[in-house]
Amino acid sequence: MSLEEPEPDAPATVEEQSADELAELLGDHVIGREEHLNAPGYVVRPDEVQAVLSTLKEDAGYDHLSCVTAQEYEDRYESIYHLKKYDDPTQEVSVVVPADRENPVSQSGEAVFRTADWHEREAYDLVGIEYDDHPDLRRILLPETWQGHPLAEDYEQDRPQVVPLREHANPLQEDHRSEQDTDTMYLNIGPHHPATHGVLHLKTVLDGEQVADVESDIGYLHRCEEQICQNGTYRHQIMPYPDRWDYISAGLLNEWAYARAAEDMADIDVPEYAQVIRTMGAELCRIAAHMLAVGTFALDVYGDFTAIFMYAIRDREKAQNILEDLTGQRLMFNYFRLGGVVWDLPEPREEFFEKTRDFLEDLPEALEEYHDLISSNEILQMRTIDTGVLPPEVAKSYGATGPVARGSGVDYDLRRDDPYGYYDELDWDVVTEDGCDNYSRLLVRLREVEESAKIIEQCIDLLEDWPEEDRTIQANVPRTLKPDDDTEIYRAVEGAKGELGIYMRSDGTDKPARFKIRSPCFSNLQTLPEMAEGEYVPDLIAALGSLDIVLGEVDR
Amino acid sequence: MSSDNRPFVTDDSQVLTDTRDARMTGEDNRFNSKLREAFGSSPFILTKFDKFMNWVRGSSMFMLQFGIACCSIEMMHTYAVKHDLDRFGAGVPRASPRQADVIIVPGTIVSKFAPRMKRVYDQMPEPKFVIGMGSCTISGGPFQEGYNVIKGAEEVIPVDIHVPGCPPRPEALVYGVAKLQERIANGESSPVTVKPYELEQFGDLSRDEIVQQLADDIDEEDLVMRYNWADSP
Repeated sequence: MSLEEPEPDAPATVEEQSADELAELLGDHVIGREEHLNAPGYVVRPDEVQAVLSTLKEDAGYDHLSCVTAQEYEDRYESIYHLKKYDDPTQEVSVVVPADRENPVSQSGEAVFRTADWHEREAYDLVGIEYDDHPDLRRILLPETWQGHPLAEDYEQDRPQVVPLREHANPLQEDHRSEQDTDTMYLNIGPHHPATHGVLHLKTVLDGEQVADVESDIGYLHRCEEQICQNGTYRHQIMPYPDRWDYISAGLLNEWAYARAAEDMADIDVPEYAQVIRTMGAELCRIAAHMLAVGTFALDVYGDFTAIFMYAIRDREKAQNILEDLTGQRLMFNYFRLGGVVWDLPEPREEFFEKTRDFLEDLPEALEEYHDLISSNEILQMRTIDTGVLPPEVAKSYGATGPVARGSGVDYDLRRDDPYGYYDELDWDVVTEDGCDNYSRLLVRLREVEESAKIIEQCIDLLEDWPEEDRTIQANVPRTLKPDDDTEIYRAVEGAKGELGIYMRSDGTDKPARFKIRSPCFSNLQTLPEMAEGEYVPDLIAALGSLDIVLGEVDR
Repeated sequence: MSSDNRPFVTDDSQVLTDTRDARMTGEDNRFNSKLREAFGSSPFILTKFDKFMNWVRGSSMFMLQFGIACCSIEMMHTYAVKHDLDRFGAGVPRASPRQADVIIVPGTIVSKFAPRMKRVYDQMPEPKFVIGMGSCTISGGPFQEGYNVIKGAEEVIPVDIHVPGCPPRPEALVYGVAKLQERIANGESSPVTVKPYELEQFGDLSRDEIVQQLADDIDEEDLVMRYNWADSP
């Protein structure tokens, strides 16, 4: 962040409450206290969730429900609401809601935070907690006919899932008009459709050309990432998987999410040199990810598989070549280790620096080209300006982050607001646009590429001059990590799509007892109905493209 | 040179025409090529029809534009600049399965998606070919232990070529496609798959005891499906 420029106005004005003040505010609602590594935790009765959440939101300013974690203990179920402030995400608080083992019911937080809708559905689907007053408590990731809750203790994975065929009716064979209203048409978009960017299924109801209702049906790429991480050891076995959550070249950004959470949990310090390399690699990833976002957005809006898409791929190839030199892989880097990175920059270093500099030098020209082709194009402007409008308050209540939130004028970027790595030593700016529409989100991405390039350039300058005897790439980390029993932490980084958070609870072994991924796309995708309902079908496609979801991260 | 050594060359002294003359001698040589020179005046070759069809199928394949997971990013790179799969006559992505010859399965298949993928595959016209891209389509890959993951594409649809890797590099995919083309051209890949429901057309086959026993086991009133496809009936 720039030291010359005045501090962003937000953090200065945010009132911070101490843990005891919050306890006082919540009064009788609190029946116990917990200490998580990132925040104080307040245990509340399962039927007072709404009251507690709305007190914290209205009176204490915790307006960002970043994640809902559900888990099962030997004697109880538990949902944890991780709350933050958009203005200062270092102020966190966890609301812990225990529920009865035999009859796990707790009150839904959906009335306070709209984003709790999907998060609680996921908790119900995977862990089996039921939420009272939830508007639509159905399975979300697994098929509706699935038996059992796979992250619950008593789930037997080897038991065959046998379902009567009559319960598994094919949705495509249903009546194509909605039942109540014969003037509307029911249309399935996906799960195999070029505009859904993967295997997303949109159940849309059309009134003429207009979208009357749209519901995203996700789970077509639910690869059990949480279960697999819970079965892996902290030290080595988890790190390959983050690459595969957001697979659009954002691998290093995702690895950083796990690295940050695990390092804070096990109290590992990362050498400064490794932090600079991480920062550089992560920003290269961000450029590659945004390039694809821009390319596919143009593909959605123009239907043009030729110029813009190919230009974007061309620039991605350059970034990928550099990353391949650095990490040895094109897409699944597996480059970070707890306490550093796996190896130093490739030799000869000068060649690597020169190659990266060449890429950065060509970038302004390439961006000029994108602006000529995309953002200053009248056709695209007509398609995107004032379509898919997402007001900032709505974005916040859905927990939107990343370019989606910044395109709505929400000045929220964890790289600056909750600094990690080397970001706070560097000179760069957070990009926001106030348009709240598809066009703003596109512009944010294009401008963020410039900022990332600025960061990379400074990192290269630093790395070039780094004294040779001081190039420590990894801290000394024990071969087996066993964090203390019952340590809980929620840590997030700014991924390519927004706040990528990880909740981990240790149980004294070398594997996490609960590993929960807070995916930015999961929350961002929830805003789609707000943006698309009442608009035309092509605007729905443009809105979906501008959200830039990646299904591997939505479904995990 | 005697014509014995060059079986495709007929004696063209009798069939020279002005047009051909003009083309061969350079005034209008747009249509000349090494192949044409080799053929001489007679632009005919003799071959078996099947062989010709196989060659045609292998030389012009339309791919289904079908993205599932991580591998689809590398698949897009394979279609796009630098790797340009179209150079090999196999890189036109079609959005509709009804226009496609080849489906590349690029990623992990989970229980919810498997029936959809099968449906897409069934909608493709014969002859159709399948390339499994990445380790997930071989065995479930790194996600094999997941409760929700189908252990390989072959549990759902037949696969002609497996390209291992996580994800495979574009070069590897290009190699896989070239191998498939080679197999098709040599007639090694079976062009027609018989689907279970098509077996009904052969219902007049005599039923032996085993088939009869299996048929009796089926409770037609209440059919079941399983999410673990390997054990499915």
